[in-house]
Amino acid sequence: MSDAVSALNGKVAAGEVTVRDSGLQGMIILRGDLADKKLRSACKAVTGLAVPERGKAVVEGKSGLCWMSPDELLVLVPYEQAGEAVAKIDEALSGTHYLAENVSDARALILVEGEFGREVIAKLAPVDLHPDSFGVGDFRRTHLGQVAAAFWMVDEDTFAVICFRSVAEYTFNLLAASAKAGRVGHLV
Amino acid sequence: MLILHCPYCGVDADETDLHAGGEAHLKREGPGSTDDDFEDYLFLRENPKGVHFERWRHVYGCGKWFLAARCTNTLEVFGTYSAQTTEPPQEIKDIISEKRSGWSWGNLS
Ligand SMILES: [Zn+2]
Repeated sequence: MSDAVSALNGKVAAGEVTVRDSGLQGMIILRGDLADKKLRSACKAVTGLAVPERGKAVVEGKSGLCWMSPDELLVLVPYEQAGEAVAKIDEALSGTHYLAENVSDARALILVEGEFGREVIAKLAPVDLHPDSFGVGDFRRTHLGQVAAAFWMVDEDTFAVICFRSVAEYTFNLLAASAKAGRVGHLV
Repeated sequence: MLILHCPYCGVDADETDLHAGGEAHLKREGPGSTDDDFEDYLFLRENPKGVHFERWRHVYGCGKWFLAARCTNTLEVFGTYSAQTTEPPQEIKDIISEKRSGWSWGNLS
């Protein structure tokens, strides 16, 4: 067994808003009928959480469920449990029309922490991040600068950002530059 | 800048989150069709100044295709709706009639 290393290998850009590598994170793409009882109970079994509503993420620690599209969820589990979780889902959904794939090593997870983290993201994504429009638990797939990304609001001062592994460095630097440039002051 | 409401995500998606997919409601002409019908299906497109129906894909979001009714002249968006339709829903047509009385597009009016 080789030692798995996250794309950013613990990188941190400290500042008023800190951008940091969240480290290895188990991620499973699950496609299927989100209303299906078997699928919903399989999600519960591997994460302990209920399937979120449209546009939402429910995350506790390293486990979570993110709404990706009407027929797709991103299942978060601790990194070392991803293989086992896929096997559990496969077993539960066998015979139904679905797809479950461990994509942990194809992605990166970055945390943006600080009081104006909202503005750090708002400068990079075509998303209304006003507190009235985007709050804790809201999840959005979009792009940051030139690359596809998704993010959710963990708490008032923290955003979690997911991107493809191949563009992790770009995404990290983009967020760090946005944080370093400081607050805009529109989202108070 | 064009902003379209994705009927699947329920979010207002910016043009940069979307990919344009050309004219909506094309009827496919396959083997056995006449040359004229096939040419029409493959090559001939509406190109109005005004009311238009288009396919769009929420490419950076949910990845789903949906349809949009909008005005190519003013960029006003009349509405977006499911791609699993062969013609615009009545409510969309009503909105257009209210704002652009006497409109027509292909066989629709
Ligand atoms: Zn969408």
